[in-house]
Amino acid sequence: MAQTFGRGANTLVKASLAALVVFVGGLGGLLYILQSSPYVTGAWVELAQPIQFSHERHVAGNGIDCRYCHTSVEDSSFAGIPPTKTCMNCHSQIFSDSPFLEPVRASFQTGRSIEWRRVHDLPDYVYFNHSIHVAKGIGCSTCHGRVDRMPLMYQVQTLQMGWCLDCHRNPERYVRPREYVYKMDYEPPSDQLALGRRLVAEYKIRSLTDCDTCHR
Amino acid sequence: MSPAGRGPGPGTSTVNAETMSETRPLDLETVRARLREARGLEYWRSLDEIADTEEFRDLLQREFPQGASEMADPVGRRDFLKLIGASLALAGVTACTKQPPERIVPYVKQPEELVPGKPLFFATSMPHRGYAAGLLVESHEGRPTKVEGNPDHPASLGATDVFAQASVLELYDPDRSQTITYLGEIRTWGALTNALQTAVEAKRGTQGAGLRILTGTVTSPTLASQLQQVLTELPSARWHQWEPVSRDSVRAGAVLAFGEAADTVFHVDQARVILSLDGDFLSSGPGHLRYTRDFAAGRRVHGGTDQMNRLYAVESAVTITGQMADHRLPLKASEIESFALEVASALGVPGVPADPARLERLRAEHPAAQIDRWIRALVADLQRHPGASLVVAGDEQPASLHALAHSINATLGNVGTTVTYIEPVEPNPVDQLDSLRSLAADMDRGQVDLLVILGSNPVLTAPADLRFADRMAKVALRIHLGLYQDETAALCHWHVPQAHYLESWSDARAFDGTASLIQPLIAPLYDGKTAHELVTPFAKPPGQSGHDIVRAYWKGWFDQRQAGWDFEEFWRKSLHDGLVAGTASAAKVVTLRPLALTPPSAGRPAGGANPLEIIFRADPSVFDGRFANNGWLQELPRPHTKLTWDNAALIGPATAGRLGLANGDEIEVRCRGRSVAAPVWVLPGQPRDCILVHLGYGRTRAGQVGNLVGFDAYAIRSSEAQWFDRGVEIRRTGRRHEFVSAQNEQMMHGRHLVRAATLEEYRRNPKFAHEQVEAPAPSDTLYPEDHKYTGHAWGMTIDLNACTGCNACVVACQAENNIPVVGKREVGRGRRMHWLRIDRYYRGDPENPVSFNQPVPCMQCENAPCEVVCPVGATNHSSEGLNDMVYNRCVGTRYCSNNCPYKVRRFNFFLYQDWSTPSLELMRNPNVTVRSRGVMEKCTYCVQRISAAKIEAEKQNRPVADGDILTACQAVCPAEAIVFGDINDPKSRVARLKADPLNYGLLEDLNTRPRTTYLAAVRNPNPEMPAASGADDEPSREAR
Repeated sequence: MAQTFGRGANTLVKASLAALVVFVGGLGGLLYILQSSPYVTGAWVELAQPIQFSHERHVAGNGIDCRYCHTSVEDSSFAGIPPTKTCMNCHSQIFSDSPFLEPVRASFQTGRSIEWRRVHDLPDYVYFNHSIHVAKGIGCSTCHGRVDRMPLMYQVQTLQMGWCLDCHRNPERYVRPREYVYKMDYEPPSDQLALGRRLVAEYKIRSLTDCDTCHR
Repeated sequence: MSPAGRGPGPGTSTVNAETMSETRPLDLETVRARLREARGLEYWRSLDEIADTEEFRDLLQREFPQGASEMADPVGRRDFLKLIGASLALAGVTACTKQPPERIVPYVKQPEELVPGKPLFFATSMPHRGYAAGLLVESHEGRPTKVEGNPDHPASLGATDVFAQASVLELYDPDRSQTITYLGEIRTWGALTNALQTAVEAKRGTQGAGLRILTGTVTSPTLASQLQQVLTELPSARWHQWEPVSRDSVRAGAVLAFGEAADTVFHVDQARVILSLDGDFLSSGPGHLRYTRDFAAGRRVHGGTDQMNRLYAVESAVTITGQMADHRLPLKASEIESFALEVASALGVPGVPADPARLERLRAEHPAAQIDRWIRALVADLQRHPGASLVVAGDEQPASLHALAHSINATLGNVGTTVTYIEPVEPNPVDQLDSLRSLAADMDRGQVDLLVILGSNPVLTAPADLRFADRMAKVALRIHLGLYQDETAALCHWHVPQAHYLESWSDARAFDGTASLIQPLIAPLYDGKTAHELVTPFAKPPGQSGHDIVRAYWKGWFDQRQAGWDFEEFWRKSLHDGLVAGTASAAKVVTLRPLALTPPSAGRPAGGANPLEIIFRADPSVFDGRFANNGWLQELPRPHTKLTWDNAALIGPATAGRLGLANGDEIEVRCRGRSVAAPVWVLPGQPRDCILVHLGYGRTRAGQVGNLVGFDAYAIRSSEAQWFDRGVEIRRTGRRHEFVSAQNEQMMHGRHLVRAATLEEYRRNPKFAHEQVEAPAPSDTLYPEDHKYTGHAWGMTIDLNACTGCNACVVACQAENNIPVVGKREVGRGRRMHWLRIDRYYRGDPENPVSFNQPVPCMQCENAPCEVVCPVGATNHSSEGLNDMVYNRCVGTRYCSNNCPYKVRRFNFFLYQDWSTPSLELMRNPNVTVRSRGVMEKCTYCVQRISAAKIEAEKQNRPVADGDILTACQAVCPAEAIVFGDINDPKSRVARLKADPLNYGLLEDLNTRPRTTYLAAVRNPNPEMPAASGADDEPSREAR
C-alpha cells in the first residue's frame, strides 16, 4: 500500500509552520505599521479648510507671533482659534477685496462663525493643556512642526499615547529655554541633553506619567 | 434611560418580583429580642438586618441583588447569544474606524474676559420659597454647568443645599415648557401682552376690580414694588401669596408674641444648649445652611477643644435635626405644645401655670419615656445656660407654640445673644392660607374675572377642601407663568414659559434681609419670561426688559441714599458680590406681650378610639412637588428612609407591629372625608401612631420623569389642618407596592464602621475609636510595592460629628462628574451610579434610635484591592496616591468592583447617559469624560480640580496651597464635614485632622490603608437624662 503522505510531506508541514509564523508575525508587523501610519493617525494630511489660510504666509512671510491669534495658549488648556475680528484687524485694510477672504467678510457681516476643520484632534478622553506645556518650555514646533513652512496646516506627529509618553518620560530631550518657545526655526543645540537636564531642574519639570495626568 | 430620567414611567413602579425579595411583615418581637441579646449588633442599618431573615441574608451575599448582571428584557437566550455575536463582530469593526472629524467654531467677536477653555464664575442667587441663598455659578463658554455657594453671602457662606445643586438639571430639563400657549395653541409674546393690556385697560374704569395676582412668597424688592405700583394704579385689584410649605405660623407667632410682625434670626454659634420643638432648623427654612454651619462649629471637639453644644429635639417626624440631637423625644405633633408648656412652666415663664392634668396626659401617652425626668433635666440644663441657650419652634407647629418659644427665649435671657429680631424680610407679609382662602372664596362668588398666577401651582398645592381647580374655572381669563406646563397651566387660558432663575434678572432677600441680586448665566433657552416682565403690561411703560426693571429699582434705591459714589460702580460691585452690601434688615426692638394661652387645642376625642395622626411635610427631595421632574433629586436616596423614586406613609415600628403592616403594604389613608392610597414604609424613630407623608408626589403633569411617581398627599390635606391632623383612619387595600431603598444594598456586615462615644467617654479616653479594631502593621501585606510619595499625597477626612446627611454632597458630585440617572428599576437592581453615597446607621431601640450618617466615597486605598485584579491596567495607583480610573482602557470585567471591600465602584450596565438630548449636552462638565456603557467608574477626588489647581500653581511657580483644591463634595457641605488636602504637608488641615485621635479608617483591619478616613462621632448626652428616651422596655441601652 502506498504511503498516504509522500516524502515531501514533512518538509511541507515544516514549511507551512514556518510560513504561519512569518504570516502571523508579518500580520502583526503590518498592523503595527498601519497603526502608526498617517492613514490611521491623520499625520501629514492637509485638510481642506473653508479658507485657504496659510501659516507660511502669516508666520514666515509677515512675522506674526503665534500668540497674536492663539491668544489663550499661555492661560488655558485650549490655545484658542482667533475670532473673525482678529482676521479683520488687518484684512479690513489689506486684501480687503480678495475673493479668497470672502468667507471672512461674510462671517464678520453676518455674525456666523467660520467653521474650521480641526487638524490636531485628540480623543475626547484626553485632557491636554497648552498653557502648562508652554510654561515648562515645550516649543510649539516640537509638537506642531515647522508651521511657518505649511501653506495649509497639517499634523506632523502621530499624537498617539506612545509619542506623548516619550516626552513625558524623557522631558530633557525636548525642553528648550522659555524664550524660544515660540521660535519656529529653533534648533536644539548639540548638547541638548545637558541643556535639557539643566532646564528640567530649573523649570521644576516632573516626569508625569500617572493616568490621571491626561485621563479623567 | 437617560440623565433627565426618562425615569420610571407609569408602568415601572413594580419591580420584577423575582429579583426582589418579598417583604414579610416585620417580626418586631424577634427584632427586640435580638437587640437585647446581641452585643455585636450594637449598630444596625435597617430593621431587616436585625431580624436577620433568610431573604435578607441572601440579599447580602450578593454584590448586586439577584439578577443584577442579567438582561432584564425578555430576550431569549438564543436571541441574546445571536445579538452578542453580532455586537462582538460590530464592536471589532467599530474599533477600526477613525475618529469622526471635528470642527472648531470660534467666536466672530470674542467677549472680553472670556478665555476659551477656562470657566468663569458669576455671583447670583437662587430664590427658594421666596428667600435667596447666594451662589457662584460656573460657566463654560456661556453654559452654566455647576453651582457653588457664595462664601460672601450670609445665607450660604459657600454652601448650598440639594435644590441649588440640582437646579442646573432643572435649567436644561427638556420637559420645561417652551412656548407661550393660548388654549394649547402657540402664541407670541406680543399677542399675550396685547390680550393682557386689553383686559387691564378694561378694568381701569372699575379700578381693577376682579383682577387678582397670585404669587409665591415674594421677598424680591423689585417685584414687590412693581406689584405695589399695580395696586396703586388699580386699587381694587388684589395680590395674593401662597406657598404650600408656608411659614404662616412663624409670622403669626411673632404677631401673637409682640403685637407686630418681626422675623427671628438665630445665632446658633452662640448657643450651648438648644431645644428644638419640632423645629427642623438644620434642613429647612431660609437660614438653614447658615444654621448648620454654626451648629457644626459648636460641636467640633478635635483640635484642642472638648466643649460641645447640646441639642434636644422633641419632634413628631424623623428629621435631620432630630437625628443630630443628643436627646430626642418622639411625640405626636399635637403633643408638642403641651410639652412646651410644661417646659415653660417649669422654667417659670410668666403666664404659664403648671397643669398637672396636662403632664399626666403626656405621661400616660408615653409611659416609658419618663417625661418628668426628661423635662427636669432639660429645664435644669437650659437654666444653667442663660443667654446661651436657644429654643426653636417648628414651622409646622401652630402660632401659639411660636409665641411660647419667644417667651421662653426671653425668660432665658437669650434675646440679643442667641436670638435677635429684625424687621420682616418680606415686604408684604400675609397669612398665606387666609390669602388663598379669600381668593378661592371670591372666585367661587364670581368676583374674579382676571387671574394672573406668577410661578405658583395652586391646582396641585392648594388644600383639597378649597376645591381650587373647580373654583378657578369660574374666572373668565386665567394666565399662568411657570417653568412647566403643569397642573395649573392645564387649566389656564394662557401659559407663559417662565425664565429659570439662571436665565433671569431679578432679586430676592436672604433670611437676614440681605438683598441678593439674581443675574442670568445664559439667555433664556426658550424665550422664557420673568414675573417682572409679565407684570409690565399692567403698568406704563410696558415692554421693559427684566434687566431694565431690576436696575431701575436699584437706581431708585441708590439715589434715595446718595451714597456718595457712582451708581455704575455700586451696581457693578453689587452684581460682582451677588448682594447689595448693608441691606440686612435692621434689628428690631420688640416687647413681649403677655401670653394669651389657648387651651391646648381641646385634646383628643375622649376615649381615644382612634389614636392615629397624620403629619404632612415637604419632601426632602422634591420639596412641595416643584422639583418632581428632576431626575437627580428623584434618584437621591432620601435622608433616613433611603427610599428613591417614591414617597410613603411612614410609620414607626411599634405602630407597624400593632397594625400588622409591613414595608410595601398599601393602605388607604382617610382624613376628613378624603382618602388616598399610600404604601407603608416602616421608619425607625417615627413617633407612635403618627403617619408621616411627604408632599409633592403623584403628579400628573410634572414631566416625563416626575409623572405618577409616588402618591399625592395634597389630596388629603385640608386647610383646617395643614400640617397635622387627628382622627385619621386607615384601611388595608390588599395591594402591594415595591419600594426601592438604597439602605440594604452593599451591606458591610457587623463591623465597626461607625464609631462613636459620648463627650464624657471622649474626655476620659480620646483614643476610643482605635480600641475597637486593631489595624495591622503596614508591613503585614502581600501587596508588592510600598508607594513612595515625594510630591503631594492627597487625602480626605470626613467628620461624622458634623455630617447631617443632607445629601448636598451626593448631588454636587453628580453635577460635577457627569453622573447619570438610572431610574427606579435599575436602582432596584443595585445599579445606581452615585460615586458618593451616605450610609445611615442606627444604634439602640428601633422606636427612638440614635442615628449616624456616613458619607462613603472611594477610599483611595494605599493597598488597593481593585488595582491588582484589573486585567487591562485600567485602574492604577498614581504617584499622588489616587486610585486612577481610566475609562478608555476599561473593558468592563467588574473584577475591581468585586474586589472592592467598600463597594464604591459603579458600573455602567447600560448606556445610562443621554447622548441624544441636545439641552443636556450643554449641562455636562467639559473636564470630565462622559462615560459610555460597559465602563466602571468611581470617585477620583475630583481629579480634574486637582489638575487645574496644580497647573495654575505651577504656572505661577508656587506650591499648591492648602485650600486651593476643594472637591465638589467638600465645597458644598454646609457643616464643613469634608476636608481634602495634601497629607504630605504637615500644616494642611487634612494632615492635622488625620493626626487627631478621633481619626479612624473604614475596615482598617483589612489593611487596605484607606486615604479617606473618618473622625469618630462624639455625642453630648446630658447625664441627668433618662436613658434611651422613648424606649419601651429597655431603659439602659443608651450608653455604649
